[in-house]
Amino acid sequence: MLDWLLAPLAYSFMQRGLLAALIVGVLCAVIGCYVVLRGMAFLGDALAHAILPGVAIAYLLGGNLLVGALAAAVVVALGIGFFSRQGTLKEDTAIGILFASALALGVTLISTIKTYAVDLTHILFGNILGVSSGDLWMTGLLGIGVLGVVVWLYKPFLVISFDPVLAATLRLPSELLRNLMLVLIALTVVVALQTVGVGLVAAMLVTPAAAAYLLSRRLPTMMAISAAIGAVSGFVGLYISFYANVASGAAIVLVNAAIFLLIFLFAPRRGLVWQLARDRKR
Amino acid sequence: MTRSNDVLLEPARLELENVSVSYNGRLALQEVSFQVLHGARVAVVGPNGAGKSTLFKALVGLLPIRQGRILIHGRPLGSHLDCVAYVPQREDIDWRFPVTVQDVVMMGRFGKVGWFSPATARDRQVVEHSLAQMGISDLARRPIGDLSGGQQQRVFLARALAQEPHILLMDEPFTGVDVATQETTLELLDQLRDRQVTIMISTHDLRLATERFDQVILLNRRMIAYGKPAEVLSASTLSEAFGGRVLVLPQGDVAIDDCCQQDHL
Repeated sequence: MLDWLLAPLAYSFMQRGLLAALIVGVLCAVIGCYVVLRGMAFLGDALAHAILPGVAIAYLLGGNLLVGALAAAVVVALGIGFFSRQGTLKEDTAIGILFASALALGVTLISTIKTYAVDLTHILFGNILGVSSGDLWMTGLLGIGVLGVVVWLYKPFLVISFDPVLAATLRLPSELLRNLMLVLIALTVVVALQTVGVGLVAAMLVTPAAAAYLLSRRLPTMMAISAAIGAVSGFVGLYISFYANVASGAAIVLVNAAIFLLIFLFAPRRGLVWQLARDRKR
Repeated sequence: MTRSNDVLLEPARLELENVSVSYNGRLALQEVSFQVLHGARVAVVGPNGAGKSTLFKALVGLLPIRQGRILIHGRPLGSHLDCVAYVPQREDIDWRFPVTVQDVVMMGRFGKVGWFSPATARDRQVVEHSLAQMGISDLARRPIGDLSGGQQQRVFLARALAQEPHILLMDEPFTGVDVATQETTLELLDQLRDRQVTIMISTHDLRLATERFDQVILLNRRMIAYGKPAEVLSASTLSEAFGGRVLVLPQGDVAIDDCCQQDHL
């Protein structure tokens, strides 16, 4: 058993991959709580697609792809905040417009690149086992930064999410905080891209948080449970990917989904089985 | 901080000068002017869509003022951080949010605690006291989604108490709650009067407005009348506010048909 656990760690790419999977799993799970509670699941997906032009431009200029992705994600996040400010457009409408436009721009730019490079497919599908130690440092620092801000601004984020009217009476700069939250989500999405790729980022944000929601009655508990689910999924998913020789990002997301399903069925009070049992008693 | 505290010791005073507010790009309130003295109890009445909620949202700074100005303690809106408490309409709250009753009431202290400091013993004491006063101490650790409508209303009243406000705004506090909660709310208003808290509520219930409030503001996009209930709620002002939905009966009684709501005076 121990051998089974230790064997993969003999490879340095697996060590780096595991570390990246843990950081990304926890980060996505924590910020994902706000994504779930504020109903922004669509946003995570959109941001992931919207980074494509940034990546393409960075590639064309020969720059760092991650930096390109970050810049694009922040621009799109602030764009969404701008178009939906004070209810001019609904947030999901603003997201729909920006997401499709940015994706189209990305596809256009990429189609000008004659040699469709391996690096770009990594952004699309993720490659956690190809994480370099430089990438890992960047992931770690961004992760600590984002989590630090979430902890530091816990009360303001709680109030703007739960009760915007109270936020106004207490004179919180709600628009600024909302944009900051969008930027934090954007940073998280970019960090998660190298693990699971564009298509699966939304799952990393939403699934652990949704599962944790069913188990908790307070936000700090929800965040802690969500982080634990994210970490376990990253760890287990990567081992499954190692031994079953399947795509790592997909394995992580599937473990996440399996945990969610278990909790959805068996959670005390809110689980499906629990509710059926209670209805029968009546 | 000390300077604004000095100002807050003055009696609560609320003045609106020629205030217009738009909502969703439409002018929802036009040139409203009135003054509320400290400790007064004011009911805002008017038909649906008259701008009652708009008025309250403008008072807390949630909607931008298009014209005119709002003064609290003689100073413009926004100079005071935490002297207005607002009890929102129940449907404005996301009841599925993972917070307990205690968490919600503690939010009322955030303005005083500061955003980055932990709650002090006094904050916890105020929260406990507010819960006790609303009779919901035993619910403190329950998630808000588990509560009945009346209990939910009490949670937000307790939060408003914990804010220790000078002005308390309540949007339709008597709509859709049980009789016991309505009585608790009214008792709370009496206690707050002793503390000289200025209270403004919006309501559909004209009888309640007449019997339990010092002043009534009759609103329909603009201010139709303001003063003592008996002066304000006359047959002519009511028909002005409610239009064709008012029926004046021979004895001088008035019946209003406002979206299935019958109020008799």
